[in-house]
Amino acid sequence: MITFTLNSVPVTFDGDPGTPLLWVIRDHLGLAGTKYGCGTGDCGACTVHVNGRARRSCMLPANAVAGRAVMTIEGLAADERRLHPVQQAWLELDVPQCGYCQAGQIMAAVDFLERFPRPTDADIDRHMTNLCRCGTYVRIRQAIHRAAELLADGAAS
Amino acid sequence: MSAGERARGLNRREFIVMGLGAAGSLVIGVPLESAADGPGAIGFFIEIHPDGTVVIGSNQPEIGQGVRTALPMVVAEELDVAWEKVSVRQMPLGIVKTSDGYAWKYGGQGVGGSTGVTSNWDYMREVGAIARGQLIRAAAARTGVAADRCTTRVGVVVCGDAEIPYGELAAEAAALPLPETAPALKGAADYRIIGTRRKTIDARDIVLGKAKYGIDTVEPDMRYAVIARAPVLNARVVSCDDSAARQVEGVLATVEISGPEVDQPYDMLASGIAVVATSTWAAMEGRARLRIEWSDSPNATDSTERFWADNERLLDTAGQVVLDDGDYDAAIAAADRVVTRRYRTQFLSHAPLEPQNCYAYVQGDRCHVIAPTQMPAGASRAAAAVTGLPRENIHIDMTRVGGGFGRRLTNDYVTEAVTISKATGWPIKLLWTRQDDLQHDFYRPAGLHEMRAGIDRDGKVTAWTQRLASASKYYRRPNMPDENLWQSELYADDFPRHIVENLRFEYFHNAIGLPRGSWRAPAHNANAFVVQSFMDELAHELGKDPLQFRLDMLGESRALPYEGHGGPEFNPGRLSRLLTFVAQRIDYGRSLPRGSGIGIAAHFTFGGYAAHAIEVTVRDGQLSIDRIVAAIDCGLAVHPNAVEAQLQGATIDGLSAALGLEITVRDGRVQQEDFKDYPLAQIGHFPARFETHILPWDDVPTGVGEMGLPSAAPALTNAIFAASGVRIRSLPIGDQLRAGA
Repeated sequence: MITFTLNSVPVTFDGDPGTPLLWVIRDHLGLAGTKYGCGTGDCGACTVHVNGRARRSCMLPANAVAGRAVMTIEGLAADERRLHPVQQAWLELDVPQCGYCQAGQIMAAVDFLERFPRPTDADIDRHMTNLCRCGTYVRIRQAIHRAAELLADGAAS
Repeated sequence: MSAGERARGLNRREFIVMGLGAAGSLVIGVPLESAADGPGAIGFFIEIHPDGTVVIGSNQPEIGQGVRTALPMVVAEELDVAWEKVSVRQMPLGIVKTSDGYAWKYGGQGVGGSTGVTSNWDYMREVGAIARGQLIRAAAARTGVAADRCTTRVGVVVCGDAEIPYGELAAEAAALPLPETAPALKGAADYRIIGTRRKTIDARDIVLGKAKYGIDTVEPDMRYAVIARAPVLNARVVSCDDSAARQVEGVLATVEISGPEVDQPYDMLASGIAVVATSTWAAMEGRARLRIEWSDSPNATDSTERFWADNERLLDTAGQVVLDDGDYDAAIAAADRVVTRRYRTQFLSHAPLEPQNCYAYVQGDRCHVIAPTQMPAGASRAAAAVTGLPRENIHIDMTRVGGGFGRRLTNDYVTEAVTISKATGWPIKLLWTRQDDLQHDFYRPAGLHEMRAGIDRDGKVTAWTQRLASASKYYRRPNMPDENLWQSELYADDFPRHIVENLRFEYFHNAIGLPRGSWRAPAHNANAFVVQSFMDELAHELGKDPLQFRLDMLGESRALPYEGHGGPEFNPGRLSRLLTFVAQRIDYGRSLPRGSGIGIAAHFTFGGYAAHAIEVTVRDGQLSIDRIVAAIDCGLAVHPNAVEAQLQGATIDGLSAALGLEITVRDGRVQQEDFKDYPLAQIGHFPARFETHILPWDDVPTGVGEMGLPSAAPALTNAIFAASGVRIRSLPIGDQLRAGA
């Protein structure tokens, strides 16, 4: 039996402890916002936060998160009226096309902006490695810069 | 979808009916085409609620192209409501049985060939205008003011001094008969929604992780399935030992999947064994433990290496002449200079980020399918073929689709899921892994193109030929004679038809057992690279500026006949205008530092026009894309926010494929397994200096989704030549620059 918190709620999983966290979240715990894109850690569609850091959940066996805090896209906004600044920026720039990769992009960007609160384009180039098959990269870049502004404003106020 | 089915879009107003919906709402829709189905059934619809909110049905699959926002914008425009009051509801597939087959219930459904907006443009405007007319007449009846003296203003009917909100009129409007005459439509000058920037209708759900894709389907008692497919093209299951797989906790059953017959049309891509389990992971773990004996295959020695060698050999022979304008032989013989080049375009996989998946439940005489698909009618036919059920007993629900790119025009994964459900009796959600998806696809056809031009003493191109040896997309299509295989690979009326007088196309079909299909901007995605590279080479050969050389050949605005998809005309002057524009934006012609260069290209795709100017630096074999300027002329941009997004995405798609993507085959097996082998470009490949522009033309929209792709790659490779002197004649670019450094 593996116990961890999912979006601050204690949860348990008693299946195969080697099951990737992605499938535990999707199939067993019923949250579908975290997406499967490759299963090899290359695309980042499955990005979640584990103890506050972005991780690709398809590569993380369930037993690796025992006792840890896992957050998915569903746990990012305080509620649907109060979005996280990164989600807000994504809406302002209207980033999504098909939208399938965007939960992973947003979770990666939240972690990235904690590490690079005033990112340069070169920082984005180096550290934002999630794949988007629709090619929303132009707006993702703009949205990251906008989110940095919103986060800075929020921190200042 | 057959051409016949597409053509039956019900844009004739006699099919539009209305009625009173739940809670006093006015419902406008299209009834069943067959009278036997009764006049009260509702198809594509508008619902106006008493509180003034409006629900607009979206009948098309949303694959990221923005159709779920664009078409409701068109309806809302003519209806004259506030966009903020509109919500959108996804329609399922609607087909009805008629005396001579099946007809559309909600208008034609399916997205391919960039036709989502264009094929519904008249229809959606009329639906909105009819609803508005009913509301006006209801208000007129209530107030006693003549209907022709009433008008509307954003959700309100104005009759003299009276202003009545739509929501109050819904029930009365629903009770009125429809008028005999077609409604007047707005002029473009009066648009306040069409052509304005509106946000993606589902964006909030997407950023909250709430938007539902096919892969997110959960139904009662649902089981999970994955399939072990034959790794060698056209190999089949001989036997399977599933005892180890069945030891995996949660594995429930295995099912043999027959796969397609060799050389027959594809209903599925491969023979295999399905593993059904209580969870996705258990199914995958079970699959890993199958011991399958595969048959030998006629394609067991297929390889792309041999395919390319064969293409070279084929081009040294005489092929099928499929187009022969003027007197090509005489013009080449008389030419002052002859330039010949060969170009190679690779096999590509679609790789939508949401892998193929499908929910299916065959239950007695009914079948329910929930699928991410571009062609829901194809899904219905696929389910009918497996089950033998009449299509009216098969219900197809469409989810949001995690990328299409042409992959989901075919419904092979629906056939698989329905097969598994039929065999087990369980509701099944089938999932493909990424490796499944890369190794089993309808790939973008690869080809070797030989270009030759004859140029007279004045530097004018007088003879032109394109000789293509390729793997035709029409391979294994039903009722497809060999002599028509070229038609999916060469479009006769593309540039420079009617511009170069003596023109010849020659085709050579190269058999390889790799399945082929439509990949965003089919054939254009290869031919634009070839033609726009060759144009650049001709300009340099002649000592002319590549921009001016193009402008001279394209000439002024005029209509040339174009019989293919996107016709009936091609206006080369619209390409001239775009090229001139992007060249100005990027300050083309300025002196650049050593190692930097600007490339340009333009192409006409399925009725729309696009051009790119790209600036790069090549230093020590390292390529840096420094700036991208892209422009599109799609006539009237109905939903400009999405047009811009599609232009950005199509540009990136074209460049990503050109930079590093290729599918290869050895010993009958596709060699790429994951995104390490098939490295989609990341954000860091593209510059922050990335502009997109929409140049309006007239009041009629063209398609948008594919137009921005074809000219991107040749603009890049032309820029690489300008920067480094290295001419890329083979895609992908890969490490060719490092090899030359």
